[in-house]
Amino acid sequence: MKTHNSIEERFQFTGTSKTLSLVGIVIGIIAIAFGFILGGEHVQHTYSNLLLMSYYFVCVCTAGVFFCAYQYAAQAGWSASLIRIPQAFAKVLPLASIILIAVITFGLFSEHEVIEHGKKEMVPYLYAHWATHGLTTLGSENYDAIIAGKAPFLTIKFFYGMLIVLLGAYSYFGWALTKTSVDEDTEGGMRNYDKSFKLACIFLVVFGFTFPIFAFGVIMSLEAHWFSTMFGWYNLAAMHVSGLAIMALIMIHLQKKGYMEWLHVDHMHSIGKLIFGFSIFWTYVWFAQFFLTWYANIPEESVYFYKRWEPEYKFWFWFNIVMNFLAPLLLLMSRDAKRVRSRMMWTCLLLVAGHWLDYYIMIMPGTVEKPGFGVEEIGIFLGFVGLFTFSVLTALSRFTSLIPKKHPFLQESLHHHI
Amino acid sequence: MSKTKMILGLFDDPDDMMQGIDNLQKNSIPIYDIYTPMPIHGIEDKMGIKDSRLGYVAFCFGCLGATVIFSMIYYMLVQDWPMNIGGKPSFAIPNFVPFTFEWTILFTAFGMTFTFFAATNLFPGRAPRVMDLRATDDRFIIAIDAKGNVPHEDITNLLKQAGAVEVKHNERKYVSYE
Repeated sequence: MKTHNSIEERFQFTGTSKTLSLVGIVIGIIAIAFGFILGGEHVQHTYSNLLLMSYYFVCVCTAGVFFCAYQYAAQAGWSASLIRIPQAFAKVLPLASIILIAVITFGLFSEHEVIEHGKKEMVPYLYAHWATHGLTTLGSENYDAIIAGKAPFLTIKFFYGMLIVLLGAYSYFGWALTKTSVDEDTEGGMRNYDKSFKLACIFLVVFGFTFPIFAFGVIMSLEAHWFSTMFGWYNLAAMHVSGLAIMALIMIHLQKKGYMEWLHVDHMHSIGKLIFGFSIFWTYVWFAQFFLTWYANIPEESVYFYKRWEPEYKFWFWFNIVMNFLAPLLLLMSRDAKRVRSRMMWTCLLLVAGHWLDYYIMIMPGTVEKPGFGVEEIGIFLGFVGLFTFSVLTALSRFTSLIPKKHPFLQESLHHHI
Repeated sequence: MSKTKMILGLFDDPDDMMQGIDNLQKNSIPIYDIYTPMPIHGIEDKMGIKDSRLGYVAFCFGCLGATVIFSMIYYMLVQDWPMNIGGKPSFAIPNFVPFTFEWTILFTAFGMTFTFFAATNLFPGRAPRVMDLRATDDRFIIAIDAKGNVPHEDITNLLKQAGAVEVKHNERKYVSYE
């Protein structure tokens, strides 16, 4: 088999992909500068889009750690020869976390004036619903009893503590899982694999309980009066589907460049099945959240969907279901579809765009006056795509080999057949 | 003419059995079927078996299930006996989603199971058709239709060369559980 010749293969990050990703970063910087220079509503749009994309960035990298962890915990064999891709995601997670925290810091501490209920107020660009001055101070003219009730969770101290602890923990586990796998290459034996198994199990417990809190904090608290316990799982599903789609895209890209020739159509089929399955799961939790709120019809709960049912969002609100449920359902249902590279590639691209729209529907109604789709949206999206591609492919090129040479299940993966 | 109906080559190792398949195919002897106690990867390709069409059956049954329940609750809750539940319209589509979802899965699961039973003669109450009982235990078996495939001695030799532990010339096609 040819694989045995290329087991020392190393990825070289050069050529068009490198140029294009750098161009993407430049476009992103120009779009951010454009938003700030134009001022007014554009600043708000820039902040919202920055939050959207940096959250997306963190989620995709976390999905890499999550993927590694459940593959190890399940002692899965098929994924051993492609595990370097999610490991590269995990290596980029610290950078993504720093960017998210920076965006949140700028958005939270730079204030602007808005007119609400006929009076002028200074509110931060992000998290204005709970971070505006005086919301929780008894006797203040801004006092809001509902927000005051949630004050222990929605304070700047707790918020930062949560961000740093959770993102730090996820980054640590990502780093540790990658390190054991790299050590395994030189040491051999089962020591590192056993260690990965333990780390993965601990990570999954920590992650399962804390990811909803992370999603509540970063996204749900943009509209702090509203709450939904499904929101964490909904975000988990979105993050997982988009992470898998991007993994598949990187795998297809590498194969087109002539790397990872040991991966064949059965590996793509397995990833395709995960994407298909978790798209259905995403729809399940999306609907669970929507259905309960719609059925109960309690004003403080339905206000969230009411906003998304205004004419400017309604089409996109339903189009979200078309892109993230109907499209993968129909495009990836049959066995053969998951085995066609171009079909998988286009479906994954559609899902990446679909989950951008998903996050857009989560973030925009709570932060901007009027939704837009212009320079900020496109430019900042391209910027983060460039940044992600650049950092992940750089991380991938740092691995001494694109295959975990001494992974105990490597042979099973190389002969994966379904 | 001999009374032999089926020639069975019994192997105790799947690799030997694969060799047996190669030997027979090289000599253009058609194989009736293969019986193994466990799935053997790659055997479908080797035997040139077409992909299962069970997936299409599943899709059709899923569509059927969705249609049946949707029309049923539409008739019950919208046409025949509309009720005011929490001020919602009678034709409230979100309410229909959980039913439709469940019935799609129910019909798909049962439809697939029964189609599989029917296609493989495994229907409950029916004696299973087995050529050799050890195919469910520790023997990997190649079955060759004896009629038209002569001389039988050559087939026996080909199977023995590949490492068959036993070659049977059966006069009955199936043995059933008595």
